[in-house]
Amino acid sequence: MTSRQRVLDRIRAALADVPADESAEAAPAPPPSAGPAAAEGSADHGYRRSHAGPDPVGQLAERIADYRATVTRVTGADRARAAIGAALAERGVRQLVVPPGFPGELLPEGPWRVLGDEPPLSRAALDAADGVLSTAALGIAVTGTLVLDAGPGQGRRALTLLPDYHLCVVREEHVAGDLPEALGRLDPARPLTFVSGPSATSDIELERVEGVHGPRTLHVVIIAQPDAAVRSGR
Amino acid sequence: MRVALFLTCFNDTVFPETGRAVVRLLERLGHRVEFPQGQTCCGQMHFNSGYRPEAVPLVHRFAEVFAGYDAVVSPSASCTAMVRDHHRTLTGVQPPQVYELSEFLVDVLGVTDVGACYPHRVAYHPTCHSLRMLRVGDRPLRLLRAVRGIDLVDLADADTCCGFGGTFALKNADTSAAMLADTMQRVRQSGAEVLCAADNSCLMHIGGGLSRRRSGVRTVHLAEILAATEPAAAPAAATGGGRR
Amino acid sequence: MTAPQEPDRSNVVWLGAPAFPEAARAALADSQLRANLKHATGTIRDKRLAVTAELDDWEQLREAGAALKRRTLRHLDHYLVQLEESVTRAGGVVHWAADAAEANAIVTGLVREAGAREVVKVKSMATQEIGLNEALAEAGIAAYETDLAELIVQLGKDRPSHILVPAIHRNRAQIRDIFQREMGRWGRPAPDGLTDDPRALAEAARLHLREKFLRATVAVSGANFAVAATGTVGVVESEGNGRMCLTLPQTLITVMGIEKVLPAWSDLEVFLQLLPRSSTGERMNPYTSTWTGTTPGDGPQNFHLVLLDNGRTATLADTVGRQALACIRCSACLNVCPVYERTGGHAYGSVYPGPIGAVLTPQLVGVEHAASLPFASTLCGACYDACPVKINIPEVLAHLRARVVEAERARHRLPTAEALAMTAAAGVLDSPRRLAAAQKAAALGSRLLARDGRIGALPGPLHGWTDSRDLPQPPAETFRAWWRRNREQP
Repeated sequence: MTSRQRVLDRIRAALADVPADESAEAAPAPPPSAGPAAAEGSADHGYRRSHAGPDPVGQLAERIADYRATVTRVTGADRARAAIGAALAERGVRQLVVPPGFPGELLPEGPWRVLGDEPPLSRAALDAADGVLSTAALGIAVTGTLVLDAGPGQGRRALTLLPDYHLCVVREEHVAGDLPEALGRLDPARPLTFVSGPSATSDIELERVEGVHGPRTLHVVIIAQPDAAVRSGR
Repeated sequence: MRVALFLTCFNDTVFPETGRAVVRLLERLGHRVEFPQGQTCCGQMHFNSGYRPEAVPLVHRFAEVFAGYDAVVSPSASCTAMVRDHHRTLTGVQPPQVYELSEFLVDVLGVTDVGACYPHRVAYHPTCHSLRMLRVGDRPLRLLRAVRGIDLVDLADADTCCGFGGTFALKNADTSAAMLADTMQRVRQSGAEVLCAADNSCLMHIGGGLSRRRSGVRTVHLAEILAATEPAAAPAAATGGGRR
Repeated sequence: MTAPQEPDRSNVVWLGAPAFPEAARAALADSQLRANLKHATGTIRDKRLAVTAELDDWEQLREAGAALKRRTLRHLDHYLVQLEESVTRAGGVVHWAADAAEANAIVTGLVREAGAREVVKVKSMATQEIGLNEALAEAGIAAYETDLAELIVQLGKDRPSHILVPAIHRNRAQIRDIFQREMGRWGRPAPDGLTDDPRALAEAARLHLREKFLRATVAVSGANFAVAATGTVGVVESEGNGRMCLTLPQTLITVMGIEKVLPAWSDLEVFLQLLPRSSTGERMNPYTSTWTGTTPGDGPQNFHLVLLDNGRTATLADTVGRQALACIRCSACLNVCPVYERTGGHAYGSVYPGPIGAVLTPQLVGVEHAASLPFASTLCGACYDACPVKINIPEVLAHLRARVVEAERARHRLPTAEALAMTAAAGVLDSPRRLAAAQKAAALGSRLLARDGRIGALPGPLHGWTDSRDLPQPPAETFRAWWRRNREQP
């Protein structure tokens, strides 16, 4: 008998108490809740679909900053490009990884060498780079999270992992309020990385140290559409 | 309303004064209380120690003895929780409705001011079973706040287990003693002269430690404070030592 | 309820570990450990309370998490077969391991096949449970732990003592000494003049491990979840060592307990809220990676998923105890446990310490092999309140105590002293007449032992009480006697 068969047989024997006609999908669901989520909760679980506040973009900025990352908010591509240029200059970046598909209108001129990933960069080259400039698939306001899905401007996962400085731009229209909405907008078939602040550890006496193996510095630039700025009076 | 007192075997033997206090208190509030003589034990010690078959006859006896009463009141949160949470599991029989004393006063009788007077500095220790199994919430504190003359002081980290845990105190005596030491330190820091709770078992554990250290802090069951009316009356002796 | 199997106990219970009370006694004597634990658990407790209070539907989320786990476990075979199909379709290879030895053999074979003599590892309870590092070492393969705390434990030839922060029992000075002494024997030595500042220590670990990440060809990980419908596997972490291992090597081998499967991608909306907030007390942990099979040009091109039983099906067979399989390894129960806070994790003698360990370990290995663990609790219930998937740990503890007593009864032809005492007590307590007689005897006996109304020393096995506490002398008149004198109609 294969181990597969053995394990499955054991499981079926262990579940002898489960009625044969109980289908996996329709097993006892949680009781509907009359709690705070009843008004806007999902029908079957009773928890909120979103905890986002009235200003999800502001919430995202605030909560990324809570993780001790730097956040800059700008309106329009020109100002975004200027803010990115200033950040790279201040950091003193000389070797900058820019994944394929990064929008040209956001890429500033500067005293750094741009490393594209075509042909693929070696691990050593990525490790030696000073920083990486990438887009994000989306942001999640409530948790202060950016999600990378290896799409245009993000590239393969190693590009945003090995350089010690990660400058990540996210557009306001890509900000989801909370996890349920975000997961619905993501494609699980793609490799996904959820990033909430710089890497951190509390393994030594529970004293939090930012920056262990991932990028030790995270800088996020949130870009508003010019017309949206007019609407919000900014 | 026919009300029965379920005192528990432990209180009957070691802390009879708590039973007398419940009787005095309920009679003062105008209720006649009965004490069915057939009552013994709810089976908690056996159940929590893994001796379930031994607990079954005790559970049956409990159901028979207290059948026919409108309410059963008990000055023990842990025994009340045993009846409520586990009796049906053991025998399949729905147990009689048992209320812990503070639940009975606040929810059934609808009183928080029971007309007590107790001019002492008191800290209240919410026992684990009252807090997390019965969910009595702030009922005991509401009752205590209404007591005349009482000086109620806060106990730090009040929701932390004192380390009694039934047979845990014997099987894991060292860990139990370490938890007790920390509990006593919190009691001392509170500045209380009296530590009050809804379970004499926990109080016996804490009081036994306080007595061993000659700390001067006494442990008194909630029922005895709520039954007290004479400001001049000497408070009951510590549960760690001395008769009541 | 018998499980037709004898699980491999390799590392679930550490060989030669003493029973809990003895192990606890040693831990209690270590004042440095007590201070470390008090500080650490207190810190995490406060953070967890703050971030769970932010969500006004926290209780609904817990209920949803519990319900999802319940449903999945009730149909575990269905979801595992579905997971296998999904992972295979996405380019991964699924293996089944009935026990630790088999899982170790599978992983060792895969590493050899990849032509590697070393692997980098993501922190994983499952691989600790099966003793994978030791098995790889026997095969001449070096396994490098890359989580900071696991590195501290590995370099110190130590055991983990906490699910989330395995080196919680070490302080900064001890860690610096371990790094200075051991790093050079494993790779890049610690920098000269290393201080005990956590920042400097983390930096030393970064430098030490970076060279290993850059040359690694095979990584081994655990998994926090795997989605049956899509074949997506996920790892939740903080440091980025997980990302390194999951991204850079050519081959990735993931060892996952069978209970970690979830039905749907959307179920993560519950668990990605419950886990970080319960575990580290953050709104979200720094990094979560998910992958589905293999992706051309990105990350490992060979992915193997090893599904591990190793006592889980035996646990599943117990209708009360199976809820322990819902555990998402957040460690909230450890941080609120008054027993754990004083004894630390090593006292539990298992890779799974604390309240969850006390209910999981005996079920994985058989109660007779961890008979003291279900009793290592006051049943205070703090763990149940903290558990994000509402595992009723006190209920399972009481249930397992009954199983321990049953197993003892089956083993001994003569009852133990405790069983005799319990049976005698039950006989007395089932009769008001016998109870009254016993009360009288106790009052008489106590008079011999008491001074000033206090009993300061009890004979025999009861000395555990009076070693640190007095006992009140029972009053001469019981309540029932008083009642008859004062309230009964003559």
